[in-house]
Amino acid sequence: MNTSSMPDIVFAILFFFMVTTTMRSETLMVQMKLPSATEVQKLEKKSLVTYINIGVPMDTRLGTGTQMQLNDRFADVSDIQNYIAQEKASMNEADQPLMTVSIKADEATRMQYITDVKQALRQAYALKISYSARKEEN
Amino acid sequence: MAKSSKKVPALNASSMADISFLLLTFFLLVSNMDVDSGLARRLPPPPQSQDQTSVDVQRRNLLVVLVNAQNEILVQDQQGLVVYGNENELMGSAGNAAMKDVVKAFVLNESNSAELPQLIEEDFGPPIGIVPVTSNHVVSIQNDATTRYSAYIAVQNEVVKAYNELREEGSRRYFGMGYEELSISQKEQIDKLYPQRISEAEPKNYGDQ
Repeated sequence: MNTSSMPDIVFAILFFFMVTTTMRSETLMVQMKLPSATEVQKLEKKSLVTYINIGVPMDTRLGTGTQMQLNDRFADVSDIQNYIAQEKASMNEADQPLMTVSIKADEATRMQYITDVKQALRQAYALKISYSARKEEN
Repeated sequence: MAKSSKKVPALNASSMADISFLLLTFFLLVSNMDVDSGLARRLPPPPQSQDQTSVDVQRRNLLVVLVNAQNEILVQDQQGLVVYGNENELMGSAGNAAMKDVVKAFVLNESNSAELPQLIEEDFGPPIGIVPVTSNHVVSIQNDATTRYSAYIAVQNEVVKAYNELREEGSRRYFGMGYEELSISQKEQIDKLYPQRISEAEPKNYGDQ
């Protein structure tokens, strides 16, 4: 059997994956089940999106209280302003107004926590937010 | 014409396939295809001074959506109120209309009722022309400190669904095609016709009282 075209085909697939891939930048330390919604929109440019993860720590020794993860560590609501400022500074100046914050929170989270996060985001002038949710068909 | 006897030295490329397979497997493993999706919202800028925090809205222009600590949902305008026992009832059950229909009726005010938002005539450019719209209406979503996040998202989702259906209907009426097929400027026209006016108020501790 002539397999001389196999490397070409494999290269084609390889290039496809190289172009579409985005490296997983952070490991999740909180577990969350996102709420479901039907009217979700896709977040387009990944480089403009900053994530805030809210959930229960995976490590059960850390208790069952709601915790927030920014980048690769646990953080407090008061750390959000610094975090947003840092993320903004690492962006292109033209992209900064387009920055979107995606709030990925567990569906059982109390709204008090979400509201505190929202207030902190307002103070940090990160006004474009997205409540991350799973797409649910109905 | 002598045929060139000079031979290009052959390169053994049989291992290239193996190497590219290795690379392919690597990228297959590290790539994650799932795109993050969610409900997009715009927060109001932080209050500059104390007196700027509240905006007066006429009672008839206001639809209050309240989610309490037991995740019960109350939708109230000047015409009356609807209570939903939990987030699953939002689709409409137990004699209640679906919440999205309540929001749509509120935003449209087709009967020009004095208890629903004021209709103001505005020019939206061809082919829509001058039509009366409730440009001052506000949907105010309020929640308790202990409300479950999923109930809050379900309510947000219902409100967005109402607006999306309004835009779809408007686009079919004025342009004769679905909202998704419109050009960007046509979408802007429809968005101006039915602007999303959702206010997320500060939380109150109803549960403590």
